[in-house]
Amino acid sequence: MIHQYKNNGYNIVLDVNSGAIHVVDDVTYDMIAEYENTAMEQVIENAAAKYPKIPRDEIREAYDEITSLKEEGALFTPDEYEGRVIDYTKRPTVIKAMCLNVAHACNLSCKYCFADEGLYFGKKAELMSFEVGKKALDFLIASSGNRVNLEVDFFGGEPTLNFDVVKELVAYGRSREEESGKKFRFTFTTNGVLLNDDIMEFANKEMDNVVLSIDGRKEIHDMMRPRHDGGPTYDTIVPKYQKFAKMREEAGKQYYVRGTYTRNNLDFAKDILHMADLGFHEISIEPVVAPPEEDYALKTEDIPVLEEQYDVLAKEMVARYKTDKEFTFFHFMIDLEGGPCVYKRLSGCGSGTEYVSVIPNGDIFPCHQFVGKPDFKIGNVFTGIDREDIVTEFKGCNVYTREKCRSCFAKFYCSGGCSANAYNFTGNVRGVYDVGCALEKKRVECAIMIKAAQAAKDAQEA
Amino acid sequence: MKHVQTLNEKRLQNTVKKGGCGECQTSCQSACKTSCTVGNQTCEHAK
Ligand code: SF4
Ligand code: SF4
Ligand code: SF4
Repeated sequence: MIHQYKNNGYNIVLDVNSGAIHVVDDVTYDMIAEYENTAMEQVIENAAAKYPKIPRDEIREAYDEITSLKEEGALFTPDEYEGRVIDYTKRPTVIKAMCLNVAHACNLSCKYCFADEGLYFGKKAELMSFEVGKKALDFLIASSGNRVNLEVDFFGGEPTLNFDVVKELVAYGRSREEESGKKFRFTFTTNGVLLNDDIMEFANKEMDNVVLSIDGRKEIHDMMRPRHDGGPTYDTIVPKYQKFAKMREEAGKQYYVRGTYTRNNLDFAKDILHMADLGFHEISIEPVVAPPEEDYALKTEDIPVLEEQYDVLAKEMVARYKTDKEFTFFHFMIDLEGGPCVYKRLSGCGSGTEYVSVIPNGDIFPCHQFVGKPDFKIGNVFTGIDREDIVTEFKGCNVYTREKCRSCFAKFYCSGGCSANAYNFTGNVRGVYDVGCALEKKRVECAIMIKAAQAAKDAQEA
Repeated sequence: MKHVQTLNEKRLQNTVKKGGCGECQTSCQSACKTSCTVGNQTCEHAK
């Protein structure tokens, strides 16, 4: 299976099953499209008719290059992974990543919050106690089999509302590393309002990554991420984020400024560039996940406009490559040489299997997006997992169990999409959320084009 | 090659034998929290 497309002047051919990426000239591009289904002489005839100025021996030469790529396993490579991936997903469940909702409470009223402004559809605000958090870490260590790296993300609501417990839990986790042979990677996600020097310093010492929420331009951010009384937050958080980002960069640590775009900013490329111009170098912004009746929900008819925004962004990133204005955009990052193995790529996001969410009372859910959906409670940290049926359902989520994903060119980059989105939009965790899916494909195309453009720029300089 | 420039040496079929250790980061723990993107994750053994 191959995927061919033209973007920003590049003819790109992705050999889906090997992951090989080729940039080709026009005549080769057209011959690749016919190669598998048309006899050699006919392919060459067609090319000669379409490109009368190109000598025949050169067309033949291009044809031979296609043939040798195929022989090398870099073009028209068959999919030989299905059986292996299905076996892989059937291995015994090992939990190695946990989202700890340390505060079901929030100091903001973000319009699109899937957590119901931090309350997750509960009646009142709730903070996780140290005892519950400790039990959650014990549960994680005990459930992690022979995995060494354990990931814990402090999440909410807003985790800075319960930061003393966060600190105690980090200390507790560290105290168990040696004896258990595990290594904790702590991260946290914050809206920034309560961020202070103490938290930043602590995070710099203990957190592998921090995710700082901001939606972009001031008017967009303040519209979607207000305080409870409707007041703005942009001016409060931006200076803190700038300071924090600089500290992280100096310490060689990761961070992301992360936003959400909605129907209110279909021109979201401007928001990303705004964040880059504020001096941030690691940026992520995501399409909102919202019930279709909300006025800010993205609609199918918005897809072409959104796709164009990704093109605008990609071109700008190419222009900024190797300048002091360069930045990374999470969804355009592709590691062409060090990327994941096929198992990681095809076995899905891991929700409900290697990854779970724990809420303040210790209840366990398949991931943060399922919290608050009572049908998806799979257990409690004090009593363990008691809904193996749900876990089995999630274990079955991979690209081969989703009909649309099986034949998708982007499957090795997307892994079958988000089960929570699929459930929200199709009522089935094994469904596919069409808007998210279209945008994912577009992002993969842009990400590859950027690599092609960077290679061209590098070659020019060399 | 004259007509083709290949951007990467890595072939996914070569990761079948050794892959699958499960040590790398869960995708939603990275920066997104609302989507599944694995193409940008890094293999622990490539660090
Ligand atoms: S660490 Fe590497 S080999 Fe192991 S599962 Fe992840 S991508 Fe595959
Ligand atoms: S969710 Fe969409 S983009 Fe992702 S693998 Fe499935 S079909 Fe492809
Ligand atoms: S179901 Fe969606 S939100 Fe949950 S872990 Fe998977 S990709 Fe992330």
